Amino acid sequence: MIEIKGLTKRFGNKPVVEDVSIKIQPGAITSFIGPNGAGKSTLLSMVSRLLDADTGEVLLDKNDVKKWKSDEFAKRVSILKQANFLNVRLTIRELVSFGRYPYSKGRLTIEDEQSVDQAIEYMNLTDMQDKFLDELSGGQKQRAFIAMVIAQDTEYILLDEPLNNLDMKHSVQIMKILRKLVDDLGKTVVIVLHDINFASVYSDNIVALKNGRVVKDGPTNEIINSEALREIYDMNIPVQEQNGCRICVYFNSHS
Amino acid sequence: MRNSTKLIILTVVAIICILLYGFYDIKGGFDYAFPRRMMRVGAMVITGFAIAYSTVVFQTITHNRILTPSVMGLDSMFEVVQTLIFFFAGSISIWVVNQYLNFAASIVAMVLFALILYRFLFRADKHPIYLLLLIGMILGTFLGSLVSFLQVLIDPVEYLSLQSRLFASFTNIKVELLYISIGILLLAFAYGYRIMGQLDVMSLGRENAINLGINYDRLVLNVLILSSVLIATSTALVGPITFFGLIVANLSYQFLVTYKHSVLILGAGLISVIALVGGQFIVEHIFEMNTTLSVIINFVGGIYFIYLLLKESRAAG
Repeated sequence: MIEIKGLTKRFGNKPVVEDVSIKIQPGAITSFIGPNGAGKSTLLSMVSRLLDADTGEVLLDKNDVKKWKSDEFAKRVSILKQANFLNVRLTIRELVSFGRYPYSKGRLTIEDEQSVDQAIEYMNLTDMQDKFLDELSGGQKQRAFIAMVIAQDTEYILLDEPLNNLDMKHSVQIMKILRKLVDDLGKTVVIVLHDINFASVYSDNIVALKNGRVVKDGPTNEIINSEALREIYDMNIPVQEQNGCRICVYFNSHS
Repeated sequence: MRNSTKLIILTVVAIICILLYGFYDIKGGFDYAFPRRMMRVGAMVITGFAIAYSTVVFQTITHNRILTPSVMGLDSMFEVVQTLIFFFAGSISIWVVNQYLNFAASIVAMVLFALILYRFLFRADKHPIYLLLLIGMILGTFLGSLVSFLQVLIDPVEYLSLQSRLFASFTNIKVELLYISIGILLLAFAYGYRIMGQLDVMSLGRENAINLGINYDRLVLNVLILSSVLIATSTALVGPITFFGLIVANLSYQFLVTYKHSVLILGAGLISVIALVGGQFIVEHIFEMNTTLSVIINFVGGIYFIYLLLKESRAAG
C-alpha cells in the first residue's frame, strides 16, 4: 500500500506540491487531475523516487520509499514519464526486454522471455516487435514503453500522461488495457490525466490538485459533478450521463 | 553483417597492425628493437582501451555523444598539475624525478577535478547541452591561461623539459608506469565489467534507469571517478590526446549499431588499437618521424568533431 504523508516540494521559493497527504487504494485506478501547473507530475515523480521531496514522506508498505533498495523497489513500483527520447537505437522487443532488468539483470531466462512475449502481445505489438523505435508513430512508441512497464510486472504502475499525443482510438485502447490490468491481474494504477472524461470513465478514484494542494480526493462519482469541478478548474462544467458514464461537457463553458 | 563478425574483423585488423608494427623493417638487431616496439604496442593498447572505455561510459552517463572527459577539461587539469609541479618544485624535485609520485599527483588532481565537475553537471536537475559545453570550454580556457601564465614565468630550461611532458608521445614511454597502468586498468575493467549491464539500462535515460532499479546518482559518481582514473592513467602514461576518445567512440556507435556496452566498448577499444598502432606505424615509416601521432589525431579528430557538431545541430533543428 502506498501512503503519502505531508509531501512538499519547492522549486526555488515557489511551492509546487504543498502538504499533500493521500492513500492510494490498492487494486484500483487512481487518477491525478487538475489544471496545468497543479503539481500532478511532480507528485508522481516523488512517489516513484525520481525526485526527492523537501519534506514529508512516501511510504510503500510502511517503509519510506528512499529507504527501499533500488532494485527491490523496481520489482514493486514502475513509473513511466511523458517524454521518452532515447539516445540509442532499440527495437520494440529490446526495449520491452529491459522491463525484466530488475529480475534478470540483463541475462534473460526463459520465463523472462515469456513475460516479454506476453507484454508485447498485451499491447498488440507482436507483428512489429522487431521494428526500431524511431520507425514508429507516436502511439506505437507509447505502447512499446507501456509494454516495457507491463513486462516489469509490478504491483503498482504509475503513468505520467500516457495519452499525450495519442489519437482517440489509441487513447481508448490504452485506458482499456489499464482497466484490464487492474481487473484481471489486480494491479494498482496511478495515472496523471489531462482529459477529465477519461478520468471519469475509467478511474475508480480521483485526486484533484490545484496550486500544489489536494482539493478533492475520493471515488470518481463524488468528484465528477459540476460543483466539485468548479472548485478544481474555476469553470462551470455541465455533467451529462451517457450509457452510465458521466461526461463533462466543458467545450463551451463560461467561467 | 552481424556484430560478432564485425568484432572479429576489427580484431584481425588490430592484430595485423600490431604484427606489422612489430616486425616491419627491423634493423640493427631483433633482440634490441623487438622488445622496445612491443613495449610501445603495450602502451598503445592500454591507452587505447582506457580512452575508449572512459569515453563510451562518460557519454552514456551524460546522454551525449559529443562530450568527452577531455572536452570537459580533464586534460587541461593534467597540464595544470605538471606546470604547478615544475613551477613550485622544479624539474629535479622528487615530484618530477619520482615517476610514481608524479603519477599519483596527476591522478588525484584529475579525479578531484572530475568530482567538482560532477557537482556542476549532475546535481542540478537538468542542464541543456550547450551549457555543459560552455562550462567545459570556459574551464579549459581558464586552466589553459593559468598554465601559460605560469609557463611564461618559469626558467626556459625547465620549460623545455615541462613541454616534453605535455605532448603525447608513444616513443618514450616510462616502463615503470606501464606496469602500474596495467594494474590500474585491470582493476578498473574488473569493476567496469560488473556494471556493463547497468550501463545498458542507463542509456534509456535517467527516469527509465531509476524505474528499472538503477541507483542512478551513485552509478554516475562511480562511473565518473572510474573514467577520470582511466583518462588520468593514460594521460600520465603518454600525455594528452584530446580528440581521440571522441573519434573512436563515435566510430564504434556508427559501425556497431547496438545498445550493448560490452560490444560498443570492445569495438571502440579495437578501433583505438588500430588507430594508434596503425597511426604510429605510418608516423614512423611513412612520415619518418617528421610529425607525431598526436598531431595527426588532433587534426583528424578536430575535423570529425566539427562534423559531429554540424550533424547534431541539423538533427536538432
